Amino acid sequence: MNVEVLLPGTADWFAVCDHDALTPGRGVAALLPDGRQAALFTDRHGRAYAIDNRDPFTGAYVLSRGLIGSTAEGRAFVASPLLKQRFDLENGRCLDDEAVSVPAFPVRMR
Amino acid sequence: MTTPTIVLVGHGMVGQRFLEALADRGLTSRARVVVLCEEPRLAYDRVHLSSYFAGTGPEALSLVEAGFMAEHGIELHLGDPAVAVDREARTVTARSGLTVGYDTLVLATGSYPFVPPVPGRDAGGCFVYRTIEDLLAIEEYAMTSRTGAVVGGGLLGLEAAGALKGLGLDTHVVEFAPRLMPVQVDEGGGEALRRTVEEMGVTVHTGVGTQEILTAGDGSVRAMALSDGSSLETDLVVFSAGVRPRDQLARECGLPVGERGGIVVDAACRTEDPHVYAIGECALASDGRVYGLVAPGYEMAETAAKAIAGQEGSFTGADTSTKLKLLGVDVASFGDAHGATAGCLDVVYSDSRSGVYKKLVVSRDGVLLGGILVGDAEQYGMLRPLTGSVPPVPAEHLVLPAGAGAPVALGPSALPDEAVICSCHNVTKGTIRGAVTEHGCATVPEVKKCTRAGTGCGSCVKVLGQLVTAELEASGVEVDKGLCGCFAHTRQELFEIVRALRITGFRELLDRHGREGARGGDGCEVCKPAVGSIIASLAPSIGASGYVLDGEQAALQDTNDHFLANLQRNGSYSIVPRIPGGEITPEKLIVIGEVARDFGLYTKITGGQRIDLFGARVDQLPVIWARLVEAGFESGHAYGKALRTVKSCVGQTWCRYGVQDSVRMAIDLELRYRGLRSPHKLKSAVSGCQRECAEARSKDFGVIATVGGWNLYVGGNGGATPRHADLLAQDLSDAELVRLIDRFLMFYIRTADRLERTSAWLERIEGGLGHVRDVVVHDSLGICEELERQMAGHVAGYRDEWAETLDDPERLRRFVSFVNAPGVPDPSVRFVPERDQVKPDLGLLAGPVLAVRTLEGTTTA
Ligand SMILES: Cc1cc2nc3c(=O)[nH]c(=O)nc-3n(C[C@H](O)[C@H](O)[C@H](O)COP(=O)(O)OP(=O)(O)OC[C@H]3O[C@@H](n4cnc5c(N)ncnc54)[C@H](O)[C@@H]3O)c2cc1C
Ligand code: SF4
Repeated sequence: MNVEVLLPGTADWFAVCDHDALTPGRGVAALLPDGRQAALFTDRHGRAYAIDNRDPFTGAYVLSRGLIGSTAEGRAFVASPLLKQRFDLENGRCLDDEAVSVPAFPVRMR
Repeated sequence: MTTPTIVLVGHGMVGQRFLEALADRGLTSRARVVVLCEEPRLAYDRVHLSSYFAGTGPEALSLVEAGFMAEHGIELHLGDPAVAVDREARTVTARSGLTVGYDTLVLATGSYPFVPPVPGRDAGGCFVYRTIEDLLAIEEYAMTSRTGAVVGGGLLGLEAAGALKGLGLDTHVVEFAPRLMPVQVDEGGGEALRRTVEEMGVTVHTGVGTQEILTAGDGSVRAMALSDGSSLETDLVVFSAGVRPRDQLARECGLPVGERGGIVVDAACRTEDPHVYAIGECALASDGRVYGLVAPGYEMAETAAKAIAGQEGSFTGADTSTKLKLLGVDVASFGDAHGATAGCLDVVYSDSRSGVYKKLVVSRDGVLLGGILVGDAEQYGMLRPLTGSVPPVPAEHLVLPAGAGAPVALGPSALPDEAVICSCHNVTKGTIRGAVTEHGCATVPEVKKCTRAGTGCGSCVKVLGQLVTAELEASGVEVDKGLCGCFAHTRQELFEIVRALRITGFRELLDRHGREGARGGDGCEVCKPAVGSIIASLAPSIGASGYVLDGEQAALQDTNDHFLANLQRNGSYSIVPRIPGGEITPEKLIVIGEVARDFGLYTKITGGQRIDLFGARVDQLPVIWARLVEAGFESGHAYGKALRTVKSCVGQTWCRYGVQDSVRMAIDLELRYRGLRSPHKLKSAVSGCQRECAEARSKDFGVIATVGGWNLYVGGNGGATPRHADLLAQDLSDAELVRLIDRFLMFYIRTADRLERTSAWLERIEGGLGHVRDVVVHDSLGICEELERQMAGHVAGYRDEWAETLDDPERLRRFVSFVNAPGVPDPSVRFVPERDQVKPDLGLLAGPVLAVRTLEGTTTA
């Protein structure tokens, strides 16, 4: 089964990789056709998420290498591996700084 | 009205306390305060003088808070003792010629060590034990000595003996009385003490006096002639035969002194001259005694300050209870320790096997009058405040060890509010409770700050902790000690759960032991690595795979562990191959150079005696490591919360001072503990002699060579919160050293909090260093065998993570920049030149970021 990401600003779904290539609880980076980078994750229940790979706090393209977790309310997040700020995997909002967010991409399995 | 002048002579422990008492009463702003101080430094904690040898620097012993003198406008003259007092003119003259007029003069000159008038007592190599300068001189002289003897087997003599032992000398104690510490303990206690002291390798000679110090041709000490006709060869002698009050100044200006010394004062600590006070060890109190302890001195300081401020106050005698740790043995004596009260009875428990001796003195109607505790003084904090009352349980039960007969867990709740918990600062249980309930203190440090309890000799800190907890619980405060939002357990509790139930997976642990709401979830960035580390530490003994990237374990590791390299600010990684002990062949150095050159890596020598290669992309890691593994390198675990390096100096092999092969030991230790996952990183070092070139005392576990073997220091730290490591044990053989480190590390891994370095752990853990020593040296919990077994499991199960990764195509698949374009390097990882090497191109990362609308709420089709 393939994981597909909705390309920003378009109606096109882009097939990234096989779902088996994802390790539950971790992420991978993917190169999008326009050169942008997405960070793809899957949680322990197999749900997939995608957000922009760039950590807005440091500028480095590393969010895919963070640890994921779930908040007390059950929302999935990733913690940046550099300075540990957490980002909601569904909407890209930073949980530790309201003013910051990263783009989040819709994902589907085909 | 002109401002009155208060002159203080002597800035020791009591002098400083007096200044604080003046400041507390606002007197420093109403009067000019001048201090004449003989020593070249501000007042320091003489009681903990010996801790200087355990690594505490002179600064750490200081009793004066930074800025104290300036804030209160106190004029201080260091290194300038008073030499004369003119009571007619009311002036004091100092050695420099400085003359100060006074309205009030306070003498706090302390004592001097008594040196018996034996021939040869001034020979080179004879010392006393009272000031930091004395210690520095002893330390210097000991460098060229093998044997040291202490004259006097009292409290201070044993401390001095401990210090000589710590300096690597073959140590003797010569005591005239038939037992050690004759003033504090009785015969039974003396026996228990002797056995334990001798077990530590100190030779004890009791019932003999020192008759003469024999010298060699150059006038330095060669031996001591003893009263039984024998002689004792020694290079160094420390006199510790008691102290005498320094009352010279008072004598010379005609103030009355006692027959056996001490400046005579009344209950207000005033001498015959109403303008002159005397406090501390130089004073003969109104009860006719000279007190050689700091607590009574503090009371006198308060009393004199009150009198000067025109307030009521009196000092008419004090409690001389003491609790000490001498050579690692607890000794306490309190109240009527020798049973001098008419008709009193003794209750004694004695176990020569474990060196424990306890005696309680009770009156016929059951009132606790006093006691002596040797070898185990745990109950001191409880028993001393109970003195003078009938304890809630029979005295017999109080001396029995826990587990024997009817054990009594007598908590501080049994104490009345008036019971004095901290005798150094005279703080009652009621005051401590008040600090919690009325002043909102919620931790021991806060209570210490608020009440001063526990800031003197420290023997009451344990009871203090229990009181604070009890009080908090009583007022319904609940402290969530949980690791994170997912677990209500502490790291230590989780460790025990994993160990006991042999849980090898994070999900299983979370779903069964997590907080209600967190079960079934993904955990978080706090608990996942913590649990990953626990499982890795215990791997062989719980049947988990030791490889951190196996199965579910892979998802728990921080990014550094995940890629077995250290993430740097631009998303590139750095690589640190292991260089055990910092020893490396030219061939291997060349390989590192070639690899760095071929991959354009920035190279830097680390503080841990190895080489860090910066600027590798994720996809380059396996290729680089293939080259390194090929050349015989293995992972340095610079990325993990694990053993980093064991630094070493060249030691005996090359260095003219070295006494052991420090490099070999460093290599052995590094190879033994490599890969060991722990709550935080672990650093170590081995020095070849006491000069300590490898800086072992700034490490989690540091080893320093002695003539007789190795000294092991633990809990050191550099960085932002430096801490000198404490001596755990001395003169260990190779095997003893390794066994002790095995136990120490495993006990730390078992009980520390997440990201808690050994230094912080040692400060936090109940009972501190003493408790850790009891557990790992004396096996007080009976777990040493298990700790050793766990370490043996780790050592046997060790495999190089990089070699293993390279062997496994599945694992290698992860090392790509992009999952959908394995061959494409990450374009955001770029470098620019800097000083003939490279540095990250941060401009690229800061570059314009398109403002992209967040896609919240967009549903997937
Ligand atoms: C190794 C050791 C361990 C100890 N352990 C304990 C313990 O466990 N518990 C306990 O209660 N007590 C202990 N003591 C005793 C305790 O240190 C003393 O009771 C305490 O220091 C007394 O304080 P003080 O201010 O009276 O004297 P000191 O601290 O000795 O201070 C007197 C100061 O006055 C200076 N001085 C003297 N003459 C002059 C002058 N003419 N002009 C200017 N300055 C002068 C001296 O140089 C000195 O600095 C220990 C002492 C030692 C040495
Ligand atoms: S610690 Fe210093 S002086 Fe001592 S052996 Fe090592 S290098 Fe030599």
